[in-house]
Amino acid sequence: MSENGRETSRRELLRVIGGSMVMTAGGSGVLSPLLAQHVHQMVHEEKSLDTGGNYTPKALTRHEYDTLRALSDLILPADEHSPGALAGGAPEFIDFLCSRSDEMREIYSGGLAWLDNASHERFGAAFLRIEGPRRMALLDLIAYRKNLDDPSLAAGVHFFSWARNMVVDAFYTSPAGVQDLGYIGNTARTEFSVPAEAIAYALNRSPFRPS
Amino acid sequence: MAQIQPSASVHDVVVIGSGAGGGTAVKVLTDLGIPVTLLEAGPMLNPARDFKEHVWPYEVDHRGAGDHADLYFGRQQWGYFAAPNGFWNVPGEPYTVAPDSHFSWFRSRILGGRTNHYGRISLRFSDYDFKAYSFDGLGRDWPVTYDEMAPFYDKAEEFIGITGTHEGLRTAPDGRFLPPIAPRVHEILIQKAAGKLNIPCIPSRMAMLTRPNHGRAACHYCGQCGRGCRTASAFSSSQAMIFPAMKTGKLNVICNAMARELIVDGAGRVTAVSYVDKETRTEKQIRCRAVVVAASTCESARLLLNSKSPRFPNGLANASGMVGRNLTDTVGYALSGSVPALEGMPRHNDDGIGGMHVYIPWWLLGDKKKDFPRGYHVEVGGGFNMPQLGSFHGVASRSEGYGKSLKDDIRRQYGSMVHFSGRGDMIPNDFSYCEIDNAKVDQWGIPVLKFHFRWSQHEVKQAQHMHDTFASLIETMGGKVLAGERPKDDATGVSTGGSIIHEAGTVCMGDNPRNSALNRYCQAHESPNLFVADASPFLGNPDKNVTLTIVAMAWRTSEYLAEEMRKGNV
Repeated sequence: MSENGRETSRRELLRVIGGSMVMTAGGSGVLSPLLAQHVHQMVHEEKSLDTGGNYTPKALTRHEYDTLRALSDLILPADEHSPGALAGGAPEFIDFLCSRSDEMREIYSGGLAWLDNASHERFGAAFLRIEGPRRMALLDLIAYRKNLDDPSLAAGVHFFSWARNMVVDAFYTSPAGVQDLGYIGNTARTEFSVPAEAIAYALNRSPFRPS
Repeated sequence: MAQIQPSASVHDVVVIGSGAGGGTAVKVLTDLGIPVTLLEAGPMLNPARDFKEHVWPYEVDHRGAGDHADLYFGRQQWGYFAAPNGFWNVPGEPYTVAPDSHFSWFRSRILGGRTNHYGRISLRFSDYDFKAYSFDGLGRDWPVTYDEMAPFYDKAEEFIGITGTHEGLRTAPDGRFLPPIAPRVHEILIQKAAGKLNIPCIPSRMAMLTRPNHGRAACHYCGQCGRGCRTASAFSSSQAMIFPAMKTGKLNVICNAMARELIVDGAGRVTAVSYVDKETRTEKQIRCRAVVVAASTCESARLLLNSKSPRFPNGLANASGMVGRNLTDTVGYALSGSVPALEGMPRHNDDGIGGMHVYIPWWLLGDKKKDFPRGYHVEVGGGFNMPQLGSFHGVASRSEGYGKSLKDDIRRQYGSMVHFSGRGDMIPNDFSYCEIDNAKVDQWGIPVLKFHFRWSQHEVKQAQHMHDTFASLIETMGGKVLAGERPKDDATGVSTGGSIIHEAGTVCMGDNPRNSALNRYCQAHESPNLFVADASPFLGNPDKNVTLTIVAMAWRTSEYLAEEMRKGNV
């Protein structure tokens, strides 16, 4: 859909909502379930068009940002089920928050510099310049709490915990992540029911398995 | 404040506060044809603009972290997507806490108050809750009985619309219910586990409409009641009571009006309410025939204590010295578990109504072996839920590492956690109260409250019992306890006072003016045109969340006030 087409659809949507609110018999500002459903669908479609391809970092330097992209991709890579952190907009999300919070910016600028320093120490080059297996060897040192006791790694472990949490946050709150999880709610229904198949699945695997 | 501007006319009834109590007073009085002026300390609510219902995190740049990444630094007091509700820290409106105490005071500054966001769990108090002292020798008896309250519970439930089933339990009196909602998968497992342990687990009693009610549409089952409901299918005083009353022409709403003082005449009658117009920072006075104070438990006590006059040097309605005393909050404790039986479950939409579809009412009323009085109810959580920032920090932290294995863990464990929250009875004690801190004022120059708060062993032992119960439930489901330590004898691990946001008891009712501020109709003993309509008149804080009883009691008070006005007594 063209940029222009999207704008038209948004206007159309607002017109439909505005009209129906006036027309609703019961009271003011009430959206019918069907219309609410329609609204979610349209908003969803509009948003999934937004791939964020050529993002210019707002807070991080280009080098920091590229390092963050590489790190994000390692934390949640694409697999046979779904795309990964990059498709989920993790680097953009983190850079955006760094642009809004000096405290956040400090965590990432400092943490990414730590990563480069550690990479230099061990492999003689910045994180972006070393090969995949070496990157993972480095992450293996900071991706586990047990290394918090190692003074040479503690800062890296702390930083990695921040990065992992925020990359996970970014991916699973993106359309790709929502789809990967299979969350199919946030919609309007006229009745609530639970599929018998799901109940049977859990009961059969539980201590309450019907004999 | 240079000049005080008094109102030209005398208003019939001025209601202070627009939450569950104030909203009810507004509804009942205007329904009876009485003109009401409502003062709200916060702004007007606009659901179309203020509610973030159905918004996906990815529709917002910060995904819900807040404009300055507040969530990640623990500075977000309430989620970004939540309905306008209130905070424990309100800029410019401080309070103090005694050095030996912990207390967090929640204030809501918005039309509708806390009802825009509350959990909407709607439980009647039991007969023994109103006769606490007679029942077990602790606390005090109320000047009303369950039988006197029952017709008002009926009215409140019929109007609000509450799900439920008839169970015949003394610990959970039945009411006028809308149809219940089917349990989710994890809730079915919890019911099975509870059954094995001889614990009842029944359909929840929630203020969401499973059928249309009084012009409000039935629920559309998106599970986002906490964000505010544009169709008003989840109850709030703003949408269900105040907006309709505004259409009658009987209601005048004044927002951003912070009540400072009640002005009395020589006979002890309230003649005017003095308030700060926050927008102009000017002091205004509104003259009135009667006043209903419903500013929330502690704020109502503060207003009375700050209403000092030569006739009432200790504050209004405080000849007994009881205003501020008997401060209580619900006893809270929570535990989570992971349940392998739920892992990898076929995906389906289990949003439902916001919050639980089943709950556990107190089940050990007659048990002589337990080492604490009274009891608690259990709220349950779990299910898929819309992914949010933070949803998977727990899995990420437990799994550690990175890469495909982390993705696999998150996918498999999505929807497999269960949560239990205990909500227990607190017995009033002499160490828990609020008073005016004469050394400090807020930005409006109004003296602030100082809090004293202490859990007794009654509450600590109860919270320890909660832990043991929740752990048993999780293990009986074949699950594993995830986080949460058994509370210690020094109350470590029990919720901080005020954090459950069920404060009650600072302007207590009673038949004896020597030990109570209000009579059995929540009318001040010493000021006949002063009424109180929030949880401050309560003599205890039973294991049933306070909102339904606030509405029922305010309904009763408002009908009484209307009748007294008709008779010419007020």
